[in-house]
Amino acid sequence: MSTTKPQRTSRHGLASTERRDPIGYAVAALGAVARSDLIDRLGLRKQTEQAVFTLTRGGFTTMGAAGRTFKRAGKRGAAGARVPAASRPGVFDLTPTEDEQMLVDVVAELATDVLRPAAQDADEACEAPAEVLQAGHELGLPTLGVPESLGGISEERSATAGALVAEALARGDLGLAVASLAPGAVATAISLWGTDAQQQTYLPAFTGDDVPAAALALTEPTVLFDVLSPATTARAEGAEYVLDGTKALVPLASTAELFVVGADLDGSPALFLVESGTEGVGIEADPAMGVRAAGLGRLHLDGVRIPAENLLGAADGTTYAECVRLSRLAWCALGVGVGQAVLDYVTPYVKERKAFGEPVAHRQSVAFMVATMATELQAMRLLTYKAASRAAQGRDFAREVALARKACAEHGMRIGLDGVQLLGGHGFVKDHPVERWYRDLRALGVMEGAVLV
Amino acid sequence: MINLDAPKKHRALIDQAHQVAMNMLRPISRKYDKAEHEYPKELDMLAAMIDGLSESGAANGAGASGVGGGEAEKKKRADDDGRTKNGANMASALSIAEMCWGDVGLLLSMPRQGLGNSAIAAVANAEQRERFAGVWAGMAITEPAVGSDSANISTTAVKDGDSYVINGEKIYVTAGGRCDAVVVWATLDKSLGRAAIKSFVVPKDTPGMRVERLEHKLGIKASDTATIIFDDCRVPAENLLGSPEVDVKQGFGGAMATFDNTRPLVAAMAVGCARAALDLTRELLADAGVEIDYDRPAQLQPAAAAKFLELESEWEGAQLLTMQAAWMADNRKPNSLEASMAKAKAGRVGSAVTLGCVELCGAVGYGEGELLEKWARDSKILDIFEGTQQIQQLIIARRVLGLSSAELK
Repeated sequence: MSTTKPQRTSRHGLASTERRDPIGYAVAALGAVARSDLIDRLGLRKQTEQAVFTLTRGGFTTMGAAGRTFKRAGKRGAAGARVPAASRPGVFDLTPTEDEQMLVDVVAELATDVLRPAAQDADEACEAPAEVLQAGHELGLPTLGVPESLGGISEERSATAGALVAEALARGDLGLAVASLAPGAVATAISLWGTDAQQQTYLPAFTGDDVPAAALALTEPTVLFDVLSPATTARAEGAEYVLDGTKALVPLASTAELFVVGADLDGSPALFLVESGTEGVGIEADPAMGVRAAGLGRLHLDGVRIPAENLLGAADGTTYAECVRLSRLAWCALGVGVGQAVLDYVTPYVKERKAFGEPVAHRQSVAFMVATMATELQAMRLLTYKAASRAAQGRDFAREVALARKACAEHGMRIGLDGVQLLGGHGFVKDHPVERWYRDLRALGVMEGAVLV
Repeated sequence: MINLDAPKKHRALIDQAHQVAMNMLRPISRKYDKAEHEYPKELDMLAAMIDGLSESGAANGAGASGVGGGEAEKKKRADDDGRTKNGANMASALSIAEMCWGDVGLLLSMPRQGLGNSAIAAVANAEQRERFAGVWAGMAITEPAVGSDSANISTTAVKDGDSYVINGEKIYVTAGGRCDAVVVWATLDKSLGRAAIKSFVVPKDTPGMRVERLEHKLGIKASDTATIIFDDCRVPAENLLGSPEVDVKQGFGGAMATFDNTRPLVAAMAVGCARAALDLTRELLADAGVEIDYDRPAQLQPAAAAKFLELESEWEGAQLLTMQAAWMADNRKPNSLEASMAKAKAGRVGSAVTLGCVELCGAVGYGEGELLEKWARDSKILDIFEGTQQIQQLIIARRVLGLSSAELK
């Protein structure tokens, strides 16, 4: 597989059945001239070039220079440290624990004071500012799922805390939340499934002061992508695995020093630790409709050789399936946070905005949209919490997370759509954040990987 | 600590209700769908059994205990962790859902478990509670010209000595033909608006009260729905529930408080009915070669499986909103918003699921050979009574937006 295969950008969204007739060719030629002309006339050339530079900055360069050396440590093959599952209370309860509540309060502050103000610029730049990421690291986001014995803050399975944190962060901004949580996803994966050697080799970097950018890469750039059957392959060769394939929509792609990559190994999907400096690793910008602040990129793996001990967890597909579920769970929580942001925003707006002499909120057609938004959002939240609490308790949660994901994709997008609609024309322009939330919420149901609780 | 699975201590109750639904309600489900207005005599034995269980403390009643809070329940409270309580509201919601998995119409016909009983439980004083214990009470609010705007009812109650004299016509009284008494909403003075609306317990044998006719309906045919006429019907003053004073400032609160308790229960009915459809459809689809895969993306599965996943997701959302509302009531958190969210969501999901299952199962779903078509008829009422979808939307919108009923009409 070629690492330099270009993205399919040249056909302007046309299906292959479209044919130009003579008038079409003339129009196309005129259009080409007009396009360049327009750019010059408006004095946009510089800005446009800047944008192109930003988007392709990491393009096709290997990451060897950026990556640190993770010093091998620990006992190879020995089981890693594991935190116990959370207790099973047996009581239906929607109250977070005191620890969880404290954590959520702090993260909510970060979301309001740091993420939200930085969101629009980061969305445009397709990059999360270093100080935003640093603020998250200082709160301990990367160590949320790392056992206490390994320098983290997790005493028991923390899927619930992780979901609450993801929700609170995304209420500030989704793209920045994903960027802030991406290293933690890798650290959590190593904590959950890593061997002693993998934990000792990689986790100290995540629990230290200089947290590396890192990403969980599962999504691939194919139509009808099935995360459970990745096209990326891993093939055993001596004491190594050789990885080939392309991962899409990988957060922090150009700065990540460590990836957890999903690949097919002898017919079963499995996870592999890939350091960015490894030969054959290539990064290309992959800007998307939304979640832009996460610095999305493609990860090209071209005959990438990694030691056999870099297989993370089981090779039989069970670890991989659990990873997919926990990642979907995190996306659900993120969706709930964005949905809440939309509801928070439109509620005062429709009460202030007047039409026909009174606030538009006084009309049922408007008010009922808000009512449905609030109801479905709460349903999304409860579905997500149910899946999270079952995951934390070590129970089967495949069904629960599937149902939560369906609801969050469906109703989350609806909330984004109605958020724009309720602001009318104002919703369509960038003076208001609802257009960004609209773009961000489409990630639900599309994204696999990237985050994990 | 966040946990959204059914409470452990209610599991025996749920299992028991499920067994009753499966072994007593389902076998007679189609029979009373066909024999509308015929009294389901099988329910007498069931009611006796439930009474027996309640007295022995073995369970909180497998039926639709809207009354709740029996001795057994009080004992169970000691098992709570001291902070969070899963009590009578949760038990009622869960057991009602199970019973409606059996049959909604039969659940509504359960002796001594009427909606009027919920009203008595919510508003009555201690003396009334004792006096009306064991009475099967229906609820009479709707009138031919007044539905959702129940503040506008025209049935009157006029104080005369030690009694009130009631005049008016009530329709859609659930169990109105079979119950022992009805809780009637009437106004003491229409010019004073909602504050003057009071509820009265009127025993069936009271002179001046008569059951005019029974309705023929789309669904829940096992449940009798009556029109009741009050013609100079005289009831003792002590049958008025709540305060006899007309407090214009306090408004409708007292009467409406009933609904905060009953809305989650109606939501639970929709949840139960819809689950019946899901359970059967899952198996019928499997027989037809379509298995549901929770891990594989829905768009990569057969359209029927994807549709089923969507319906099940909607269902679970409704179920959790219902449990949330019940949990809040048990923990004395104001739940008017959440009760309406549960009712709104469960009402539309009840229809979406049961109708969707009929569509998925084709002629098998539409025909009377299975119960799917019946559940699709039964579920419709659950988006109407105890506050229509639109009324729930109004309540939710007013709460979320902080608007008064004058601002958001």
